[in-house]
Amino acid sequence: MTRHPATLVLADGLELEGWAAGYLPPSGVTTGEFVFNTALSGYQEIITDPSYFGQIITFTYPHLGNYGVTPADDESRQSWCSGVVARALTDTPSGWRAERSLEDYLIQRRIAAIVGVDTRRLTRHLREHGALAGAFGHTERGTVAAAARAARGTDGRDFVGEVSTPEPYGEGQEGPHVVALDYGIKRSMVRQLAQRFRVTVVPADTSAADVLARQPDAIFLSNGPGDPAALDFQVAQIQAWLGRVPLMGICLGHQLLARALGASTFKLPFGHHGSNHPVRDLTTGRIEITAQNHNYAVDESSLRAAVVTHRNANDGVVEGLADPSQRCFSVQYHPEAAPGPHDARYLFERFAGLVASGRMER
Amino acid sequence: MPRRDDLHSILVIGSGPIVIGQACEFDYSGTQACQVLREEGYRVILVNSNPATIMTDPSTADATYVEPLDVAVLTDILERERPDALLPTLGGQTALNLTMELVRSGVIEALGVEVIGARPEAIDTAENRELFKMAMTDIGLAVPESGFAHDIDEAVAIALGIGWPIIVRPSFILGGAGTGIAHDETTFRHLAGEGLATSPIHEILVERSIAGWKEFELEVMRDRADNCVVVCTIENMDPMGIHTGDSITVAPAQTLSDWEYQAMRDDAFAVLRRVGVETGGSNVQFAVDPQTGERLVIEMNPRVSRSSALASKATGFPIAKIAARLAVGYTLDEIPNDITRLTPASFEPVIDYVVTKIPRWAFEKLPGASSRLGTRMQSVGEVMAIGRTFGESLQKAVRSLEQGRPGFAAGPSREFAEVSLPELWDRCVNATPERLYALHEALWRGIGVDELAQRTRIDRWFLDQMAEIVATERGLHEGGTAVLDDRTWRAVRQLGFSDQQVASITGEPLAEVAAKRQRVAAVTFKTVDTCGAEFAATTPYHYATTEDESEVVTSPRDRVIILGSGPNRIGQGIEFDYCCVHAAYTLRDLGYESVMVNCNPETVSTDYSTADRLYFEPLTAEDVAAVIAAERAACAPGARVAGVIVSLGGQTPLKLAPSLSEDLILGTAVASIDTAEDREQWSAICTELGLRQPPGGVALTLDEARDVVSRIGYPVLVRPSYVLGGRAMEIVYDDDALVRVMANLTRSHGALAREGGVSATRPILLDRFLEDAIEVDVDAVRDRVGGLYVAGVMEHVEEAGIHSGDSACTLPPQTLSAATLATIDDYTARIADALGVVGLINVQYAVKDDEVFVLEANPRASRTVPFVSKATGVSVVDVAVRVMLGAELADLRAQGRVPASTPQPHHVSVKEAVLPFTRFPEVDTLLGPEMRSTGEVMGIGESFGIAFAKAQLAAGTRLPQVGQVFLSLADTDKPTGLVLARQFAELGFTLAATVGTAGYLRAHGVTVATLVSKRGLRDVGVDAVALIEAGAVHLVVNTPTGAGARADGAAIRHTCLVKGVPCITTLSAALAAARGISDTREHGWRVRTLQELHA
Repeated sequence: MTRHPATLVLADGLELEGWAAGYLPPSGVTTGEFVFNTALSGYQEIITDPSYFGQIITFTYPHLGNYGVTPADDESRQSWCSGVVARALTDTPSGWRAERSLEDYLIQRRIAAIVGVDTRRLTRHLREHGALAGAFGHTERGTVAAAARAARGTDGRDFVGEVSTPEPYGEGQEGPHVVALDYGIKRSMVRQLAQRFRVTVVPADTSAADVLARQPDAIFLSNGPGDPAALDFQVAQIQAWLGRVPLMGICLGHQLLARALGASTFKLPFGHHGSNHPVRDLTTGRIEITAQNHNYAVDESSLRAAVVTHRNANDGVVEGLADPSQRCFSVQYHPEAAPGPHDARYLFERFAGLVASGRMER
Repeated sequence: MPRRDDLHSILVIGSGPIVIGQACEFDYSGTQACQVLREEGYRVILVNSNPATIMTDPSTADATYVEPLDVAVLTDILERERPDALLPTLGGQTALNLTMELVRSGVIEALGVEVIGARPEAIDTAENRELFKMAMTDIGLAVPESGFAHDIDEAVAIALGIGWPIIVRPSFILGGAGTGIAHDETTFRHLAGEGLATSPIHEILVERSIAGWKEFELEVMRDRADNCVVVCTIENMDPMGIHTGDSITVAPAQTLSDWEYQAMRDDAFAVLRRVGVETGGSNVQFAVDPQTGERLVIEMNPRVSRSSALASKATGFPIAKIAARLAVGYTLDEIPNDITRLTPASFEPVIDYVVTKIPRWAFEKLPGASSRLGTRMQSVGEVMAIGRTFGESLQKAVRSLEQGRPGFAAGPSREFAEVSLPELWDRCVNATPERLYALHEALWRGIGVDELAQRTRIDRWFLDQMAEIVATERGLHEGGTAVLDDRTWRAVRQLGFSDQQVASITGEPLAEVAAKRQRVAAVTFKTVDTCGAEFAATTPYHYATTEDESEVVTSPRDRVIILGSGPNRIGQGIEFDYCCVHAAYTLRDLGYESVMVNCNPETVSTDYSTADRLYFEPLTAEDVAAVIAAERAACAPGARVAGVIVSLGGQTPLKLAPSLSEDLILGTAVASIDTAEDREQWSAICTELGLRQPPGGVALTLDEARDVVSRIGYPVLVRPSYVLGGRAMEIVYDDDALVRVMANLTRSHGALAREGGVSATRPILLDRFLEDAIEVDVDAVRDRVGGLYVAGVMEHVEEAGIHSGDSACTLPPQTLSAATLATIDDYTARIADALGVVGLINVQYAVKDDEVFVLEANPRASRTVPFVSKATGVSVVDVAVRVMLGAELADLRAQGRVPASTPQPHHVSVKEAVLPFTRFPEVDTLLGPEMRSTGEVMGIGESFGIAFAKAQLAAGTRLPQVGQVFLSLADTDKPTGLVLARQFAELGFTLAATVGTAGYLRAHGVTVATLVSKRGLRDVGVDAVALIEAGAVHLVVNTPTGAGARADGAAIRHTCLVKGVPCITTLSAALAAARGISDTREHGWRVRTLQELHA
């Protein structure tokens, strides 16, 4: 396959060479915040995860696209990331599930990519300097560099409105009724909920009263992109539900719940993005290997009533918290996996238990 | 959960000699385990019969038993040491089987020893296929349909119920021995019979064959808090049907979607939990139907394995080290990740490169063996290569094999260029060691990836990657390097093309290619860090690639680069890795930074903690030059590359010496090595020194060979120069044989085709063969001022003519006179002086009628260096490395590092070779001048007889105490045979003998109970084969000499092999066996530690 030479430039001036792949935007330039993901598999799920809105994903594993793509692995109705950086992109996939190649998929989804890049150098740079805004493209170098200087990161930005479902929809037939706030919800999260509950997924801007009017047995706060500090509306809503219905939050939902409980969040240097992060469940002492995708985290020193239930074994970051008095808990990582290990699926059972005990009380 | 304080002493069982299916990966894992347990403060007791291991260094454990791995011996050791626990999971299948035998014998319970790591019940569940199958059914996992059979009829009934094709797997076996696939009943009956004979419990599994499915392995760890992690996934490029040890394998898995992988991961953990592996590493194998994704569990090993060694090297996650800590109570989250130091081991490594392993086989040394690969492992070694992409790692792996191929893309030297299309297809579809190169040829000829994938069942992803290499090769072939712009040059490099490869494909001079490429695509070194660069790593474990950024960190001290020995092969194995590892230890001690270059994933040398820096790279001139350049660039001001050690890794680094600048090479100059190899120069030296050599000459053609023979007479030893382990060496008794041997050596696709053939600089050597001479091996160290330390003199048990690597030997010598020994010392000193040796030298002598002949000298580390070190208690490599870096022996003696003279131990040490014949039943077991052993063992005793008997047991031959001895002797052996027969008779054995032998014995008054017929003369006596098959013989002595007689005994030797009856093919070994039996009976055995012996 003939590819156009392309350049990648970060806001701090670092330049890397590669080749343009996937969708070729008419402007020739793609901008966003560069992050890296260390997962060895699951590229399709990652690319379609709404939490990556506004970000350019660097895959540290060099080969991308080996087993193609299949609709079953889409994590949302479209792809939200701004772009993809890879060392090598396979154009002829292999695998009984593959319906098309990743390259075709990127073109169809209008996702630009740059391949042939020394992704390890880029990753080391991001590790040292933190997630950085930047650009890549197959147009002339000066244009790409200018775009990189102008590119914005995710700080203080609200992307939830961009990715949330426009209309409510239902999933699951049986069990207690759970209303799931779609801040950028992943399909596998909905699937896990629907195995246990009757689920209504509602847009992120649904008012607190409208949610309660649906008479939920519990409310679920989903993952999503961007800075939790920019989402005051959602925090206020959650405060209106606290204590009235059981709540579970994941990822952005976890950060918002923490804010609703009075805590604050901060930005990690380069975040956690991958499928191999060890988390200690402080109640059992067990380690679970988890899928993670977050740049922000809860500041432990700001916690009041809530207790830390899970902690990252690598760097000590708060990975889970609970406030039993308010019948709510949340985790920073992704128990629904996809991609990633299934070690933490028990949390959905824990949620079901919480909901059941809540129903008994009533 | 912290370390267990209720345990104080732990017994670790090693894996014994290097055999096919069990190689130095267990030295790597066992050494790590011992080191870790000692660090934790436990008293470590180690048992292993293999002297060439780092594990059996007296400093690795507190008590080191170099003793046979046998239940009775282990029982003695357990009773003597009374350890609190036994750790069976780090010594391969051997340790596991032995532990189970100890459990069944009741010793473990009687002595109150706790089996840690894996409970006996768990081992049973994993190892016994019936229990395993039931366990899998319990947890809802599918295994291939199967049934167990204990005889042929039962086996056939099961097979007919399942339908063809059927795979046969014997229970409790090693590396798939005795397994095979049958497509019809005739083949099946044959395989089933063989399998029942191979299995120690006479049981086979008859199973649905899923040949052609994709094969995956997960390396998994579990701790006692039930935390589970996957360390590495491995995908076999060769699909199911080829033993994983014989498959090209790739890490991580390439063709599994996350959805499939996570389900497989869940299954692997479920298997671990159900089998009951409480702590440690295990390997779970899966087969996946490429059409439907159906997944079956194939097997699990509740221990560290060859794959776990590969996984450790591939990821930087030290499975054995962690497994040892888990076994004594720690949990994964309490153990720090060695590489990042800041994060815990309770995580799953991710990598940002691709690892490819290719096995290396030795079929050229096993004439008669079919090179078709199947479910029975046949490879003797392997290489691993790391690249940023599969293409790069594949090409590097091919280079690492050292078989003369520049990479996957072969350039003008395509070996199957002349092969017809049907034959090419056959070579692509039916796996042999050359399949990869047949695939290259098919792609080169334009056969499509889809068609290849369909017919070979190799996943198209791999073939597609290969096709990309071939397309690039074609571009280079057609357009040369002139058409490459800077970015394309880089892309070519990134597919793993070396300069040499580009030069050979384009026909452009290497120097020009290298200069051009250097300008646009410099070699960079990346780091293996377990985490895809997510965390800062401090461990300097590097691989070369072509990228923007290099990660070798500048450091302040002078450094020495050690070139390793590459893949294990017959003639060059763990002994040389032992030497390289010791060099690293000594360099560290001397204050140098040690830098290791090697590509063998099984070894201790490629443990990133052995040297200060590890480069996992092919051992080629170009790859090594890049490492030297990187090390030079990383020298802080004032520091330098002090030198390169090429004399400790066998032929591999020696062959690279000419590519290095002379002033870099430490120790003996390359010119001296050449002098010793060069026939004319070497003879000149011997003449000058007045040393006797067997008469001989060199030849390039048959006529020249005949001229030499007319001068020196038959028998003649014929061998090529510059080859390893007596490769293609033969003893020739007559003209017909000379014609055959010369033809084989000189034809273009003959025995030496892959080694450069025969040329004026590499002629064929012919020497008068000294019949019945005693062969002697000497290892010595000379310093730069002429000081000499004779480290050990070994007398071979087998007479000259048996390759020294296949011969048993004893230290100290048993039959040599003081005068002979003095002559040998004197000769050794004079040869070392004449060659200007600085460091190690090995000299081989033949002693006939008290006259000493010099056979050859090699101014480098020999295969016997570790044996000598263990036998004498002096680390010979340590002495040699100090000397190579300038020390004088006089000073080392003053410091107490070197004894004043050759040590004279009170005990006797015998080294015995271990041969791979059970894997290759079609190969004659007769020993000869071509080396075929894969490993060695050591027996230590108060007398030669006891040491010899121990060595035999350690090598798998249990000498009988009672029964019948069958003698079939060559005419020339009969006088000595009489002595032997009388000894056996005195020991109470009855005798059986062939007609001729019996006649001779009876004529001299020896009673022969059973008369055995010559082949084709059944009416005279019992048929030899029938006698052995009936179990009426307990030891066979079969000593044919001369070409004709050799074939006659083949049937006898084959039957012995199949029936497991000890078969000795030289009279000298038979006499040693008789002494062994008598000494054992008289004195019994004692087990002693090396620490006691050398106290």
